[in-house]
Amino acid sequence: MMSQIATNSTDDVLPAWLLKVQSAGREQFATVGLPTGKEEAWRFTKIQPILRTRFAPAEPADGSNLHGQYTFGNEAGVEIVFVNGHFSPELSKLGDLPVGVTVTTLADAASGPLAELAQQHFGSLINVKKHPFAAWNSAEANDGVFVHIRRSVTVEQPIHFLFISVGSGSPTVSHPRILAIAEENSEATFVESFVGEGGTYLTNAVSEYVVADDARIDHCKLQQEAIGAYHIAAMQVKIGKQTQFVSHAINIGAAISRNDLAVHLGGRGGYATLNGLVLVGGDQHCDNHTLLDHAAPDCPSHELYKHVLSGKASAVFKGQIHVHQIAQKTNAKQSSKALLLSDTADMNSMPALEIYADDVKCTHGCTVGPIDEDLIFYLRSRGVSYEAARHLLTYAFAADVTRRIRVEPVRRRVEDYMAAQHGLPQDIRINDLGAFDEAVTR
Amino acid sequence: MPILEVKNLHANIAGTDKQILKGVNLTMEKGQIHAIMGKNGSGKSTLCSVIAGRETYEVTEGDILFNGQSILEMSAEERAREGVFLAFQYPVEIPGVSTSYFLKAAVNAIRQHRGEPALDAVQFIKLVKEKQQMLGIKESFMNRAVNEGFSGGEKKRNEVFQLAVVNPLLGLLDETDSGLDIDALKVVAEGVNRLHQQDKERSWLVVTHYQRLLNYIVPDIVHVMIDGRIVKTGDKTLALKLEENGYDWVEKELAVTA
Repeated sequence: MMSQIATNSTDDVLPAWLLKVQSAGREQFATVGLPTGKEEAWRFTKIQPILRTRFAPAEPADGSNLHGQYTFGNEAGVEIVFVNGHFSPELSKLGDLPVGVTVTTLADAASGPLAELAQQHFGSLINVKKHPFAAWNSAEANDGVFVHIRRSVTVEQPIHFLFISVGSGSPTVSHPRILAIAEENSEATFVESFVGEGGTYLTNAVSEYVVADDARIDHCKLQQEAIGAYHIAAMQVKIGKQTQFVSHAINIGAAISRNDLAVHLGGRGGYATLNGLVLVGGDQHCDNHTLLDHAAPDCPSHELYKHVLSGKASAVFKGQIHVHQIAQKTNAKQSSKALLLSDTADMNSMPALEIYADDVKCTHGCTVGPIDEDLIFYLRSRGVSYEAARHLLTYAFAADVTRRIRVEPVRRRVEDYMAAQHGLPQDIRINDLGAFDEAVTR
Repeated sequence: MPILEVKNLHANIAGTDKQILKGVNLTMEKGQIHAIMGKNGSGKSTLCSVIAGRETYEVTEGDILFNGQSILEMSAEERAREGVFLAFQYPVEIPGVSTSYFLKAAVNAIRQHRGEPALDAVQFIKLVKEKQQMLGIKESFMNRAVNEGFSGGEKKRNEVFQLAVVNPLLGLLDETDSGLDIDALKVVAEGVNRLHQQDKERSWLVVTHYQRLLNYIVPDIVHVMIDGRIVKTGDKTLALKLEENGYDWVEKELAVTA
């Protein structure tokens, strides 16, 4: 597996702490390598096609076409763009940063005034021993994003990380990396977009979010990789006392995608929402592993993952909730729902609750099934066509998550995708659909 | 021409040999109110479902003519667009779809079928307000998900409201009275009566278990259904007799004639 690692020509300019993370990643990767698929954590993920492929490091390419399609334009406060894993200063929008906000490449952070902070946190959340792909990412980590938000600073417009991949004739790999630090009482919205076109490529991303007490962070991930691509991502979040962290993870693209999202609730009264939407068809496979690590008392967490599967698509949801002994009065609600639009689609839901405190409320539920024929008949009996009824019910099923997304350009993109995929009876938008059950999240 | 003619209708639960309707005959003239009474399991609700085109039943024999035209080959939505409306015994909840959106889709599908232009938002709201006023519905559930979290009475009222907005030629009321307290029953019945008075051409098939509803919606003709057949037909006094004496005497009469 060592052979997968590119020769790093920029070693000489990287600071010692970055090199340390790299070498730890290399060591781990060289010893353990990629998972075989037999490990418990990888048993349900279709990783064999990834293991069979030899990936060369992706070369810089022209991403302006995809950038044009996927930029947030004026709706992003900051947009930092990478093409094939290489920072693109031309496509990025880094001017006019609000006071107290730093967005740079990791390499620049290393030489800047925040080097000490970057050093302290880089690689501190992700455990490369538990995440073999993250070890590979760490081994290659020489470029990435560093974000810092100073205490009590509010960033009103989204900070957009746009990772563009342009596939070439032979399989390539890039290793996006994010480290974001939000200090006490700060407020910001982060969006990670992964988009691509062209031949087989692998995106192997790692992101770490260190969120201090009383901060309010909204996070969206929008995975719209090319349909033949592979996407592996590990995201680690650590939140403090009274912190609010809301995440929406949308998976639409890639032949195979696997997301590990873990939130460590380390301060009393911290609050985490993890919502997800998986919209896949054909032969696509999407696997979401989430962990809510309740390590402090009085923390609520809400989780709602919805899956719309058509064709021969398959999806996995593994939702771990770990309640430490100290985490009394934990209130965790988890729900996974899947709508199967064909007989050949396959859903695998696995709640995994580990509870070591005695005064807690933890609930989980999952449903898997086709569209309810009774609902279809009801709509048809009012004159709505069969196809329109199916589309409307599918749209409404997904909208339960979509409507909760507070980042306008993300919500719009998901809606547009749904409208295009599931042609709708009228020019419907989520607001037309009316009230929803508010029980699961706020 | 009758609005509805059901001729020797036989129907099974689809994919099984279980026969529910065993030769139903029924003729309704335009503007009439017919009631079908019968015990649980006699096939009353199945008849409504089959007329509305529910695919969980399979017609094995006979025919259904609507406005002189056989509708057996039509899908449920085509029948709805032609003017059949089924008010459900158990209206479903549709999470995530507002009544407003749903009804507008329905109304415009029907208008398109008739070659009429679609209603825009303003015209649609006007229509809705007009019907709400007519039915005396004050609160608006237009922006709530269809039937979600509604009480039994609210659901039934929503059915009648939808019926008023859609304005069909034939309204099938499938046990619309079941589970309603007397106040809710009156609201529903008055709604139907207003619609009936407003347009005498509209016809109604009221399926019920109890005579109570027929105090408020007065039928022209009452049918008794037993074991998948209509076995007796009379005027509104038949309903009173059934309420007082139950169905046993009808069954005995049948046994004698058989």
